[in-house]
Amino acid sequence: MSAAHPPSTLSAARAVLYKELTLERRAPQTLTAMALFCASAFVIFHFALGRNEIEGAIASGVLWVTLTLAALLGIGRSFVADREEGGLDGFLLAPAPRSALLIAKAMTLFIFLLIVGLLASMLFAVLLLGPTPTVSQWGSLALLIVLADLGIALVGTLIAGIAIQTRARDLITSILALPLLIPLLIAVTKASEPLLSAGGGTLVGRWLALLGLYDLIFGLLAYALFDYLVED
Amino acid sequence: MSNTLPPNTGYVAAAYLVFLFILLIYIVIMAIRAARVERELAELLVQSQQRTASKADGEASSQ
Amino acid sequence: MPTTKSLYGRRLTGYAIATGIVLTAALALAFFYAPIEADQGFSQKIFYIHVPLAIVTLGGFVFGGIFGIQYLRSGDTRHDLRSYTAIHQGLIFCIGALITGSIWAKAAWGQWWVWDEPTLVSFLIVFLLYCTYQPLRFSIEDPERQARYAAVFAVVAGVFVPVNFIAVRLASPLIHPRVLGSSGGSLPNDMRLAFYSALLGITLLFITICKYEMASKHSRAQLAALRRSLIGEHDEPAPARSAAPRIAVK
Repeated sequence: MSAAHPPSTLSAARAVLYKELTLERRAPQTLTAMALFCASAFVIFHFALGRNEIEGAIASGVLWVTLTLAALLGIGRSFVADREEGGLDGFLLAPAPRSALLIAKAMTLFIFLLIVGLLASMLFAVLLLGPTPTVSQWGSLALLIVLADLGIALVGTLIAGIAIQTRARDLITSILALPLLIPLLIAVTKASEPLLSAGGGTLVGRWLALLGLYDLIFGLLAYALFDYLVED
Repeated sequence: MSNTLPPNTGYVAAAYLVFLFILLIYIVIMAIRAARVERELAELLVQSQQRTASKADGEASSQ
Repeated sequence: MPTTKSLYGRRLTGYAIATGIVLTAALALAFFYAPIEADQGFSQKIFYIHVPLAIVTLGGFVFGGIFGIQYLRSGDTRHDLRSYTAIHQGLIFCIGALITGSIWAKAAWGQWWVWDEPTLVSFLIVFLLYCTYQPLRFSIEDPERQARYAAVFAVVAGVFVPVNFIAVRLASPLIHPRVLGSSGGSLPNDMRLAFYSALLGITLLFITICKYEMASKHSRAQLAALRRSLIGEHDEPAPARSAAPRIAVK
């Protein structure tokens, strides 16, 4: 890349993504916090529900509420280091398209959520889940986690971009993110329910379609609106 | 008419009362605002009258 | 040259008169002309206030999003004020729709809250989302940034509304025998007349209140400007932080 040409969106996004992952590798803060949160939440659910094993709708609810709240932790941290250390100003000075920042941040969050989702669902299967899912059910669950995490990452990055400039950042993040994620959570909890049931079940297509629609709509929306959030 | 009231009248009345109540609250809010605007306008009027009066005084004494 | 034309209150009188006439006529039609519904009896009369409130609420939110887009494209603060007012009043109408809906659920099904009723549940979710609009605005101090971020929120939330309705409807078992489609399409003619006039009346009420609100905000901004020019800039305290848009007075 010559100095005369501004970097393309993808190369700029790759650079920011690399920076984020390096930061997390050197000082694993966010990931460990999210994983620990999930483990503690499962223990709390065990005592709060008074059950050793859960299945079906309750299992689906416990798993996804835990993952969503863990995601809020990640969303809340998303731009904090950049704002505090001036990384955001640095990025704005660089001749890179702003959407690169969105792509990189959403990818970072997506990767974090995937790792946490994988760890948490395995832990969940060991600690709380009654029925043992088959291999194909694990596959379906993994697909759901990918689709849901994509949506959470996109909406989460948009919200993190809004919340970082407000004074009550933590409050704004949670009160904005939870209602916005409700459609996604409806789809993913309904879709997970048969996978976590004793009788065993398969994936229902309309929930996948709804998840895909959600990801598509909010992905486009985030892409269209993100520039306005990092204007100054 | 009171002898022939259909059942569930209370709920219908309640629903319309809710609507009326919200409208009335809005009127109260607007009334508070209107009162404040009136007060501020009166203040400004007094100030501008004082200013005109003192200007007139100044012109009268300089003559 | 400062403009002496009324900027926001234009045609406000006409709207106010029309609201008064149409809404009164609609309520008269609903109670004296529309027949008592065979299945639900008299409690079906709640329909004539609840459904228009709900439709107008959603319309207000959608227009809030449209004005948000217009603000982002033009940077004209008048669009920000319009977006703010539409969402703000929409939220108040939303409270009305939720409470009347809850009363209707009690009258028709014996429970204050019915999770099987997708429209009601969707409304609660939309309400929860739009409740964050004011705190969001309030937590951003810079007026320009406040307007920009609020517009982004208005657009996202405006798109969220239909997605949310799809999701909630898919998740509901759809077993409720609704004699009356909420669109009013399957209504008998005399009920339809009452319903559509109520819808028109509530729409006019919404527009009147929005215009009134904006005219009132504008006149208070003008009053503040007048005070500044009479008393002087320096004696005035700085304007308090507010969730409402700051209005430029020409």
